Amino acid sequence: MKAAAFNYARAASVDEAVQMLVRGGGGAKLLAGGQSLLPALNLRLMSLDLLVDITGIAALRGIRVEGGTLKIGAMTRHADLLTSPEIAAHAPLLAKAIAHVAHPAIRNRGTIGGNLAHADPASELPACMLALGATLVIQGPSGQRRVQAADFFLGLYQTALAPDEILIAIELPALASGERAFFHEYARRMGDYAIVGLAAQGKPAGDRIDALRLVYFGVGERAGSCPAAARILQQRHSPAILAEAQAALAADLQPQNDHQASAAMRLHLARTLLARCVNELLGRAEASA
Amino acid sequence: MIAPTPITLTVNGETVAAQVEPRIHLTDFLRENLGLTGTHIGCEHGVCGACTVRLDGEIVRGCLVLAVQADGKSVETIEGLSDSGALDELQAAFRDRNALQCGYCTPAMLLTAHELLARNPTPDRATIREHLSGNYCRCTGYQAIIDAVEIAARARAGAKS
Repeated sequence: MKAAAFNYARAASVDEAVQMLVRGGGGAKLLAGGQSLLPALNLRLMSLDLLVDITGIAALRGIRVEGGTLKIGAMTRHADLLTSPEIAAHAPLLAKAIAHVAHPAIRNRGTIGGNLAHADPASELPACMLALGATLVIQGPSGQRRVQAADFFLGLYQTALAPDEILIAIELPALASGERAFFHEYARRMGDYAIVGLAAQGKPAGDRIDALRLVYFGVGERAGSCPAAARILQQRHSPAILAEAQAALAADLQPQNDHQASAAMRLHLARTLLARCVNELLGRAEASA
Repeated sequence: MIAPTPITLTVNGETVAAQVEPRIHLTDFLRENLGLTGTHIGCEHGVCGACTVRLDGEIVRGCLVLAVQADGKSVETIEGLSDSGALDELQAAFRDRNALQCGYCTPAMLLTAHELLARNPTPDRATIREHLSGNYCRCTGYQAIIDAVEIAARARAGAKS
């Protein structure tokens, strides 16, 4: 299908883009990579009065390390993240995840900021932001504010962004000494939406995993942290502890039934992923789940 | 009524100036305004990959880029790349391996495979499969396409050694 008519304007700066959003009221929307927005427009799932193109704002692109913090401009593309030595060194979880985001032609356009602002519950990146404890930097008519990832994703395609605000940057704490990342997802085909996926990071200490953050995606209306299961895994590893953590996922997650999988299948796959995660983080050979 | 926006871009090496409605995507512009119908349209929501073109040297979904976004940029389509000889080994291998039947997905398959071989001249089958994962083919079952890309890669490597 073809998109309905809309006006189009290029913003030269973040300030100008914010002004355009304010003037546009609720009828204006930002165009970042467009890899989710343009399908929605083509399918006429949405319509708008004004598309504000922010792809030309150079200040929104780039990756740099400052102290122990990785700063990523919101318009940095997936393809750039995938090949960035800084991301590989300081945010290996994100490097692993990006390889699963859609396909090469889409990664050449799609941006991290556009992805996070879209807040698709099946997407890899919101889960990574939660697992990494990201801070999202937002600019609006009254200046900048900073929001923790845990307070940013509110539900299905819902975020803390107001209609006249722009996500301008993402700040991630660089991987600390001793921390390890795990990422895996089950999808029908490489690049498809995950049926279930897990982004995790923690500090293996002998038989335990400290400071473990487990975040599932593709399960429920937004990426879901699993504090109960993570707490259990702080105890010394044993098959009984793993089974207890796997059982606790039933309380942490609200899996849905849909055309891809039943809720029971999703919970089963989530438990399988947890076993893989624990074995990998503890450096053990894959045991049977 | 929304006024058309003026754009100037390079298409297969030639400068093109046009007035386009903002809602028109790049593939429609190439096909309808310029008559370059080698770029195909399948799903128009980024799933099938049939509309793949090169924008400033990188493959993109033509249905997920607005024509107005190509202003000032360089676009290459199957017509330009085929004429330049850049796809010779791939095209020969696709023919030899029967890596197409209806041909609808083929221009995009060639552009996507071409990008892979430019980055990684000797990919293994898993890498080829992964790089082509965003391109649907409803005829071949993919095996022959993977074969063809593998053979083209070997032909290029052999020609260089």
